[in-house]
Amino acid sequence: MNALWANRKARVGLILVGSMLTMAIFGWCTLSAADASNTVGPILGPPNSDFWFGTTMEGKDVWAQTWYGAAPTIFLSICIGLGVTLLSVLFGVTAGFYGGRVDRALNVIINIFLLIPGLPLMIVLAALIQQGTSVISGPVAIALVLIFTGWPWGARVLRSQAMTLAQRPFIEAARLSGDGPFTIIFFHLLPNMASLLGTSIIGATTYAVGAQVGLEFLGFGDPGAVTWGTNLYWATQNQALLTGAWWTFLPTGLGIALFGFGLVLMSFALDEITNPSLAMRRVFRQRTQRTPDLDTVVMESQR
Amino acid sequence: MSLLDVRSLTVEYCGALGNRVAVDGMSFQIGKGEFIGLAGESGSGKSTVAKAVMRILQTPGFISGGEVYFEGVDILKMSSEELRELRWRDMAMVFQSALDSLNPVLSIRSQFQDMAQAKLGRPMTDSELVEVLDFVQLEPRLLDSYPHQLSGGMRQRVGIALALSLKPKLLILDEPTTALDVVVQRHILRGLIRLRKQLGFAVLFITHDLPVLLAMSDRVIVMKDGQVCDDLSPAELRHHPTHPYTRTLLDSMALLVADDSRTSGRGD
Repeated sequence: MNALWANRKARVGLILVGSMLTMAIFGWCTLSAADASNTVGPILGPPNSDFWFGTTMEGKDVWAQTWYGAAPTIFLSICIGLGVTLLSVLFGVTAGFYGGRVDRALNVIINIFLLIPGLPLMIVLAALIQQGTSVISGPVAIALVLIFTGWPWGARVLRSQAMTLAQRPFIEAARLSGDGPFTIIFFHLLPNMASLLGTSIIGATTYAVGAQVGLEFLGFGDPGAVTWGTNLYWATQNQALLTGAWWTFLPTGLGIALFGFGLVLMSFALDEITNPSLAMRRVFRQRTQRTPDLDTVVMESQR
Repeated sequence: MSLLDVRSLTVEYCGALGNRVAVDGMSFQIGKGEFIGLAGESGSGKSTVAKAVMRILQTPGFISGGEVYFEGVDILKMSSEELRELRWRDMAMVFQSALDSLNPVLSIRSQFQDMAQAKLGRPMTDSELVEVLDFVQLEPRLLDSYPHQLSGGMRQRVGIALALSLKPKLLILDEPTTALDVVVQRHILRGLIRLRKQLGFAVLFITHDLPVLLAMSDRVIVMKDGQVCDDLSPAELRHHPTHPYTRTLLDSMALLVADDSRTSGRGD
């Protein structure tokens, strides 16, 4: 944790993501669905002292929409990120570690999912789930669709990593000392893939924000729900760009951009922290005031 | 003027807790055609010296002081273009693991042509290739095989042939035989002696195998903690080592020999 805070990228990333999370929790606790979806003000009112972020075409409060809509988007994205990574690990690591027949079978499944064109499938599934049941509603339906279509890329990466790790002498040694496959996977394999898992959770979350907002923006979410995606959907539906009502999409757009930016920074930082040679290049630059070079760097003596 | 003149070279590694001095003001010279042995324990800075002299030591390692003259020109002041010209043409290197330094997906011929294209601007002719392989007594038919098809000794000889194909003035060998068995090692070292007579290049031979150095070198440099302990001819080193560490090194060698005589004694 200290290493995380000492890294500037990580610090900025954590602050950004943290403030978005706080904003989401705060919005969810202090506001209700009615605050965000009832007509409370004038039509297309620009930001003023009553409505800090202005009002929409239907006279809804953009401030409330932004804050109340943050929670479903952010928390579902994180859940999707975790879900995607969980499926990737399950398929990828199992295939890579066991090899042989298990690998071939799982790899077929992974490849089939890779070949399915993602966006059309997402759209079809989202539409189907939308109509079919009432148990799974709006954002949750989209989350399920995204987990279902998002995991195979990560599975491929983790599979190759597990394959190379499984060949290493220390895994052989663990097997010789009597460890079973589960012990080996959980105590020897996964800890060595920690950085990959971390970046893949963050990467999948970033993907989830984009895809979730994208689907809802295209109208495949529940238009009645208040999320960052539907905020943008309604802004477009009401020709926000034509009418010049920038305040109806800017706060939400900014929120999405900052959350995504924070995540990407955290992912870079994680890469640096878990890969000492990357971090060392930075330390080298700071301490010697010189850029690392392929030809050995020559310094004037400091002593 | 000596071929290579290293003057109080200092090399440091940048670490999380501060810089660590790996080579501490080291000075030595290599004359034209001389065979210099560099011995020392693991971590004493042997390989670091070799890499620094060629300026191929990577970050976090860096040179923090000293001069390295090659034929009177300071290598530490060279631009990367000048270094590119110098490397391999004037000063070549053979690494410990030939398998790691040969590209596994290229045939032996392509490895030579790759280097020739970069250095000569033209591919080598078949007769040139045969000549170079003949240096290390490899058959021409091996040209079309791949590194994994060769034995460890053959690979190492390919590495030496690659390093010698431009007839450099200085050949640096960084523990070239450490991973090989003694018979192959002997074969390669013999070849090296013969080649040096034939081509007249200077050698900087790095190893922790002191007996080999005592048998082959014109001078042996013993290193410890980044500093030169002794820089003597083999005969002087054997009989009048000045530094206690050199004495320890020689004593442990004597111990090996003593063990030897005991086992053979038991056999009698």
